[in-house]
Amino acid sequence: MLTLTCPYCGVAADETELAAGGEAHLKRFGPGSTDAEFDTYMFARENPKGVHFERWRHAYGCGKWFLAARDTNTLEVFGTYPAQSSAPPQHIRDAITAKRPGWTWRDFA
Amino acid sequence: MADGVSVLGGVSVGGAVALRDLGLTGMVTVRGNLAGGALQAVCAGLAGVGFPGAGMATGTAAQGIAWMSPDEVMVFVAHDAAGAAVAQIDAALAGVHHLAVDVSDARALIGLSGAGARDVLAKLTPADMHPDAFRPGMFRRTRLGQVAAGIWALEDGSFAVMCFRSVADHVFATLAQSVKDGAVGHFKG
Repeated sequence: MLTLTCPYCGVAADETELAAGGEAHLKRFGPGSTDAEFDTYMFARENPKGVHFERWRHAYGCGKWFLAARDTNTLEVFGTYPAQSSAPPQHIRDAITAKRPGWTWRDFA
Repeated sequence: MADGVSVLGGVSVGGAVALRDLGLTGMVTVRGNLAGGALQAVCAGLAGVGFPGAGMATGTAAQGIAWMSPDEVMVFVAHDAAGAAVAQIDAALAGVHHLAVDVSDARALIGLSGAGARDVLAKLTPADMHPDAFRPGMFRRTRLGQVAAGIWALEDGSFAVMCFRSVADHVFATLAQSVKDGAVGHFKG
């Protein structure tokens, strides 16, 4: 069972109170982009065994989107942070580094 | 004008935990910048209680304010006062980005009282109902069974459940079954 703390409400929400929103920190490539850029944006996703960043929505609560850093292998949650973040904040990176030294995910480390 | 009736029609069941329809209640949803002084003042004035912090609710389900999300509160007033409350909020927040809507007839309120009320709720929701975690004065939006609900731990030790009108019968029946099944005894003391 996955329990994520909503960064807006501060409540520990069960997985069944949340709606999963796929991978976090995607950069959109829309009209005007090349076919290769759009293809990558549309279809290329990380599928790590380990550190991962995801979008979640507190669907049965405040209704807000937020981002979560967790380990797909152990289900350990490193932290959650507001959706208005283009990159994981430093305290989240530090929390991951403390548990998973040398981690990388896309361009983040 | 026809007399209003609540969706649950005043139903109640007794037992170790008493369940009852809390009846017609005026509910006004207010969205906006909750840090705004004018918004806090007008809501607090209407309900006659203090403005709640995150995850909290003040007053009672008859006269109170519940914190719903970082930009939303629910103001509880008398059923026939909801329309006037909306007008008063709109007047107080003229020129300020906000939304106030009378949602009285879109929600149902169910009261739970009795020693095993926490057990009755805990069987149906993933939210932590432990007395140390969910204390009087707290308000939590979550789910009961399969549907969305808000749970309010009132200062007097009882609970109020707010759900959508369309699922009120289902929620009441689910709670009644949970009462009938008896306490689990998980929460000691």
